[in-house]
Amino acid sequence: MNFIALKMLFGDRAKYLGIVIGLTFASLLITQQSAIFAGMMTRTFSFLSDVALPDIWVVDPQVKYIDDIRPMQDTEVLRVRGVEGVQWAVPLYKGSLAMRRTDGTYQSCVVIGLDDETLMGGPPTMVIGKLSDLRRSGGVIVDATGAAGKLAHIQPDGTRVSLKVGDEMEINDNHSVVVGICKVTQTFQANPVIYTTYSSATSFAPSQRLLLSFVTVKAKPGQDLNALCRRIEKATGLRAYTRDEFKMVTFLYYLQYTGMPINFLTAVALGFLVGVAISGQTFYNFTLDNLRYFGTLKAMGAKNGMLLRMILLQALVVGGVGYGLGVGAASAWGMLISGRTQLAFRLPWHLLVVSAVAVLVICLSSAALSIHKVMKLEPAVVFRS
Amino acid sequence: MSATINGTTQEARVAVNCKELTKTFGTGNAAVKALRGVNLEVRSGELLMLVGPSGCGKTTLISVIAGVLRRDEGDCKIFDQDYNRMSEDDTTEFRGVNIGFVFQAFNLIPSLTTAENVGTPLIINGMKPRAAVSKAREILVQVGFDERMMSSLPTDLSGGQQQRVAIARALVHQPRLIVCDEPTSALDGETGHKIMELLHTLGRGEGRALVVVTHDSRIYEFADRIAAMEDGRITQVVDSASQLKPMQKKTD
Repeated sequence: MNFIALKMLFGDRAKYLGIVIGLTFASLLITQQSAIFAGMMTRTFSFLSDVALPDIWVVDPQVKYIDDIRPMQDTEVLRVRGVEGVQWAVPLYKGSLAMRRTDGTYQSCVVIGLDDETLMGGPPTMVIGKLSDLRRSGGVIVDATGAAGKLAHIQPDGTRVSLKVGDEMEINDNHSVVVGICKVTQTFQANPVIYTTYSSATSFAPSQRLLLSFVTVKAKPGQDLNALCRRIEKATGLRAYTRDEFKMVTFLYYLQYTGMPINFLTAVALGFLVGVAISGQTFYNFTLDNLRYFGTLKAMGAKNGMLLRMILLQALVVGGVGYGLGVGAASAWGMLISGRTQLAFRLPWHLLVVSAVAVLVICLSSAALSIHKVMKLEPAVVFRS
Repeated sequence: MSATINGTTQEARVAVNCKELTKTFGTGNAAVKALRGVNLEVRSGELLMLVGPSGCGKTTLISVIAGVLRRDEGDCKIFDQDYNRMSEDDTTEFRGVNIGFVFQAFNLIPSLTTAENVGTPLIINGMKPRAAVSKAREILVQVGFDERMMSSLPTDLSGGQQQRVAIARALVHQPRLIVCDEPTSALDGETGHKIMELLHTLGRGEGRALVVVTHDSRIYEFADRIAAMEDGRITQVVDSASQLKPMQKKTD
């Protein structure tokens, strides 16, 4: 009966295409919006992803997420180093400072100050130059996207010239020189990222009593990281997170305190509803159009179980095709757009599963209506003209 | 004990045996008694025509005989089997094996080719599509189809050709009873005549019984017996149209 089911489905091309287009659109919208949401949420803790070496991040107890900087005293580094199980602990500065362009305009930048001795916490990939060049006086490493974009020189004719090694710039009225170009994971705010030493960063920053943003910690081998966090907290009165904990805290903060989840959930729900409305309705109409033939098959000896399997097969086939096209289109769109723009797009396998489940629910709910109709169909209907 | 004629019991030669059959649609004031105690016997190998005015209960009666509608009261045995003693699934399976259908509107699935439509009852009975289509082609040759027409879609065929396909579909699984609902009403006189010739020739083979519901008096000549219905009852059963007494209500 699968043969007849598929011939019936493909035979009505207009409805088949209508159902597939509806499901493709739903799958595309659900996958694309979820992937953008996932991409944006990943960017909220991109700094934590880029700084891979430390096991533990020590922050002020009031800090709620990675960008919530509550400066601490520099001496906290020494206190953390004194905790049993700590292999090393180094200071890290993170702040938003204004960079003055050659045309006199200002651009807000994320400035990262690395420990002067170890340069721990540097960018994940160097494109030009090397990390040790930061030790040159006023040396900074600029992220490639920022160098080519927001920090680029704007020529009198309007063309942009990327910032390059050797270019000079002013950060908060302090002279600095570009010594390298790096690649970083895009930040949530999408501001350019500038790396320098801790001492340079704190000299660039406005004068204030407290400047230390984080103490990053490497645990000795074999240490239970959670237990070490608790020991650091007990010894210093600060808050210590493992890297994954800090990512989750940041993720949950954005989830809870921004409207992003609701916005994206609305778009995903819209995709789902569009799928149900267009595909569900068209699939049901397809069944209604074929009701006479389902009745004929029933009269000729097709049991309800056979007809149920026929309808389920039809629903799963259109679901599979629509899902494949939708996910394919979303992936292609993501690759095309995110390569050329700063759009956040992340498509892990979990989202593919979520999208598949959503499409499956649409198909099965559409099929359920059709199945109900066909199951209740009296075979005697075949004799009614 | 039943008498034996040519090795077959007399009961087995009776394809359909209905006694005091009743069927009512609706309840209360809206109740319509479609069958009011129908007594009818259809023998194996005969073509019985069921005639009568609109609303007299012809379609309800063949629906009950074909097992697509449950009776309310009375007895109705099809080859000694009683639908009311079978489960829904068993009834469906019995229909699939024993009953062939020819409908007024043909009811051919538009997306299947002629051969695939004809092979459908075989597929329903578990045959693989390729084998079913192959068998369907054999019977389509008997109803006068060539290779090109076998691969055509129903929409590419004339009304008469579609009805020939429907007849082939009703015969392909060699059922013991064929029920036809107004098989010629959608066709012109000449085509209808040819269709009835086909049904008369192929349909009655192998001791098969045919019940044909019709309004079309031009095809009465193909009947072995004619049963006239009025107001939910069989009022007369005759061997030829000339023996039919005038009905109180005129047929359409």
